[in-house]
Amino acid sequence: MAGRGEPLLKVEHLTMRFGGLVAVDNLSWQARERDITALIGPNGAGKTTVFNCITGFYKPTEGRIALRHGDPAIWDELESLTDRGKRHLTAATGSLFQLERMPDYLVTQQARVARTFQNIRLFAGMTVLENLMVAQHNSLMLASGYTLLGVLGIPSYGIAERAAIDVAREWLNRVGLIDRADDPAGDLPYGAQRRLEIARAMCTDPVLLCLDEPAAGLNPRESAELNELLLSIRDQFNLSILLIEHDMSVVMEISDHVIVLDYGVKISDGTPEEIRNDPKVIAAYLGVADEEVEKVEAEVGL
Amino acid sequence: MDTTAQRQDVDVVHAVKEACLAAAITFGVLLPLIGFETVSNIDNKLVLHTRWGLLFSIVAIVGVGRLLMALVIAPRLAQRRVRPVTPAATAAATWLSVIGRWFGPFAVGFAIVYPILVVSLGGFSSALKWVDNFGIQILIYVMLGWGLNIVVGLAGLLDLGYVAFYAVGAYSYALLAKNFGFSFWILLPLAGILSSFWGILLGFPVLRLRGDYLAIVTLAFGEIIRIVLINFVDLTNGYAGIGGIPRPSFFGIPFTAGDDGFAAVFGLEFTPVYRTIFLYYLILALAFLTAFVTVRLRRLPVGRAWEALREDEIACRSLGINTTNTKLTAFAIGAMFGGFAGSFFAARQGFISPESFTFLESATVLSIVVLGGMGSQIGVAIAAALFIGGTEIMRDLDFLKQIFGPSFDPTQYRMLLFGFGMVIIMVFRPRGLISTRSPSIFLKERKTISSDLVKEGHG
Amino acid sequence: MEVFLQQLINGITLGSIYGLIAIGYTMVFGIIGMVNFAHGDVFMVSVFIALIAFLLVTAWLGIASITVALLIVLIVAMLFTSLVNWVIERLAYRPLRGSFRLAPLISAIGMSIFLSNFVQVTQGPRNKAIQPIVRGEFILLDHNNYAVALSYKQLIIWGITAVLLAAFWYLVAKTRLGREQRACEQDQKMAALVGVNVDRTISMTFVIAAALAAVAGTMYLMYYGVVSFADGFVPGVKAFTAAVLGGIGSLPGAVIGGLLIGLIETFWSAYFTIDYKDVAAFSVLAITLIFLPQGLFGRPDVEKV
Repeated sequence: MAGRGEPLLKVEHLTMRFGGLVAVDNLSWQARERDITALIGPNGAGKTTVFNCITGFYKPTEGRIALRHGDPAIWDELESLTDRGKRHLTAATGSLFQLERMPDYLVTQQARVARTFQNIRLFAGMTVLENLMVAQHNSLMLASGYTLLGVLGIPSYGIAERAAIDVAREWLNRVGLIDRADDPAGDLPYGAQRRLEIARAMCTDPVLLCLDEPAAGLNPRESAELNELLLSIRDQFNLSILLIEHDMSVVMEISDHVIVLDYGVKISDGTPEEIRNDPKVIAAYLGVADEEVEKVEAEVGL
Repeated sequence: MDTTAQRQDVDVVHAVKEACLAAAITFGVLLPLIGFETVSNIDNKLVLHTRWGLLFSIVAIVGVGRLLMALVIAPRLAQRRVRPVTPAATAAATWLSVIGRWFGPFAVGFAIVYPILVVSLGGFSSALKWVDNFGIQILIYVMLGWGLNIVVGLAGLLDLGYVAFYAVGAYSYALLAKNFGFSFWILLPLAGILSSFWGILLGFPVLRLRGDYLAIVTLAFGEIIRIVLINFVDLTNGYAGIGGIPRPSFFGIPFTAGDDGFAAVFGLEFTPVYRTIFLYYLILALAFLTAFVTVRLRRLPVGRAWEALREDEIACRSLGINTTNTKLTAFAIGAMFGGFAGSFFAARQGFISPESFTFLESATVLSIVVLGGMGSQIGVAIAAALFIGGTEIMRDLDFLKQIFGPSFDPTQYRMLLFGFGMVIIMVFRPRGLISTRSPSIFLKERKTISSDLVKEGHG
Repeated sequence: MEVFLQQLINGITLGSIYGLIAIGYTMVFGIIGMVNFAHGDVFMVSVFIALIAFLLVTAWLGIASITVALLIVLIVAMLFTSLVNWVIERLAYRPLRGSFRLAPLISAIGMSIFLSNFVQVTQGPRNKAIQPIVRGEFILLDHNNYAVALSYKQLIIWGITAVLLAAFWYLVAKTRLGREQRACEQDQKMAALVGVNVDRTISMTFVIAAALAAVAGTMYLMYYGVVSFADGFVPGVKAFTAAVLGGIGSLPGAVIGGLLIGLIETFWSAYFTIDYKDVAAFSVLAITLIFLPQGLFGRPDVEKV
């Protein structure tokens, strides 16, 4: 069995330049299977840029981003995949994807990486249920015979649609939005919109879930609930989670592994305990003013 | 008490000032174009005639109107706004919702019995006018509106060149029917396929552009196709157009006066009205087909992806949706219905020329979609009936000649009022007649969604 | 070579007219993000106003001096066209500010239809032609019986365009109004917070756009001597193409785009076929938007995720 601790995602020598600006500079790190990996750093450190590179919205200037499904032994094939210039490679026991070579929608469709956005991007004019149905687009598309058979009204589409509704209902129960299923997503309160966006990402059936500041704007009770939600879906779905977060209570409590960025460069990488004791992190991440360091030390419980 | 009286006084002075200002501005705006008329004299040289009477009447009307507005209408409106909701208003609201629920089925029923109604009320003679000029004309635009609604209303892609696909459908039918003698029933689907092929061809390079730019490029494509139709004389006969296009038959039985004609076969007296009525039901069936397919598509993943695309394209891509294909499908299906309508148009007219496919047609169809309320099928149908029916009625308001004198030609004012209507409707109802969205699926109950939440496209 | 030189002269003249109209598109787009579809028809209205003013000045007032007459016509056309556009903005666009994004575009299309039909109804559907206002030319080159001529009216057009562009540049770059305009382009809310009267600034933008269109209109009248109610659409689309080609929002871009479109059109007509000259302009528009959507001088549009 693919055990915990084996790498799921490898980011190697990732560099992203916008004109003259180097947003991410020669960054390398790994995320292990079933881990919650947190990406932290001051504003402008390049965290969201890394996310956008992983999910295909940006093409990195240089570097390799590889993802594995199935048996970790498949990692041995990575060099040959890179040399052949293909997007992905499938063997009997698993497959490998080179995400930087794939367009954004294929990263989700084939490599099964799902994401949420810093500034929530729900389909505001569609209902909560419709949002979750859109997330199951690709499987339903297949069931509708790529629209052609669906227009003619084949019964198998009805069956697939009911199954999709069941999946949606289960997620709505889990995030506590079942009573609002028929309300437009734009009408939901902020915290509920955050949860809906996570549920919507989960409806694409991912192996890696990338969350961009999921706790931003939540009150303490809501972020505690978010922690529980993330831990429970990780355990139930054997999911790996990638997290950008400023809320240290979330980061320290649930992450297994923390990576600290500053000015596009990795300055620290380790368990939450290691990070919170790393003076480099405290200095760089929190600025050099002493009183601020003390304030944040108090916050992280040092 | 004193203060209110004083305020009243101030208001009157203010209103008079406003009215004078409005009159002065009107005078300034209209002075050149209404105050003077350029006329060619006997030597064919331009000279100026003045129209002071007309100019000052309009200025006076505007001034007095502004005064009345400020003194009488505005206070009443303000009063109404503060008045709490009365039971009568609530009753009216329930009434409206009942009407809303039954309006769709009623409209369908009415459309089906309409020709029978016309013939039984006014005889065959009125049928040509009311069924042809009204019924068929409106239904063509209903169908075009529903076709474009897929592109603009559902997928949120602003298309100002929709007439291009209408033209492709019409010319495909005209050329293939004339040159190869294929029947209407073979050419109808073929014209649709050709149009959607053009839709994909034109759509492919432009669909990554954002809103306004997409609109302008589609406009350019529409114009290019029209200019090619004008100048490719060998194929299209240029400005002169194509005449003698074969008319559709009743499943092989032509609508002619001969022995094998429709009237003779069914033992009826010959009249051209049968063809008109047949054409009416043909376009009605085509329009229903459009509506039916659209309703189905909205419940399919592709339809939901269109609406999601309209809401947020980036979120769509993050959910693994191939947005290029999704947009192309919308473009192609919209174009296909445009092509159907075009081939029907060619078959009904028997004559087509590039004049029928100007930018004005695209603008008309687009305004029908926007006026109807983007995405709403009933709204689009009502808007088409209002716009097209309204401008058709303008054609025969002969009684206006008695008011404005014999030189008054109401048809001239048709497009003037049309343009004016577009502006007025946008100012007062920018989200269209039916501005709520009905969800494509529901768990417990179907709640309509307010237009404030629904987006109108990306960009 | 002679043909080339002559077409160059003609193209620059035509391009000056397009450039002046294009500034109107680019300014309005820059400040309220709307394609002012009716701008071509505002231009057409300005040609009619110039025509009426010209007839008034020459036939009624009997002013014989062409220079004085032209100057009066120019000023009258600028004033009245500005007033017309000011009213249009107040009635058709201002109520829609902050509304549904398509609404102003539809409203502008309606306004465009309204304006051309208004002129048709009030002035009649026929072409209006006048005698040439300015005659005479310089012969620059006479070779193989092909004379390259620079007519006086072309020279006047170049001169007026240059002077007005300089004045306009001063207005935008150096005055308070120009500063307020640029502030509104960046962020209307913020501009309002720091005391810019946003409504007035937008109104002034429409007034300036119309004044420049009126300059173009007066020169169009002088150059071609004929106009009809339908003459707004095609120059409008071409000027918009010019604005897009130069990079919409960029003022020097609009002028250079206008010159390029003028040159492309005259050279296309001279060397290929005149039937498809509008296709050339439309194709340039489509190709620019597809391959270079930010235009020559526009800022690149980075997608925000």
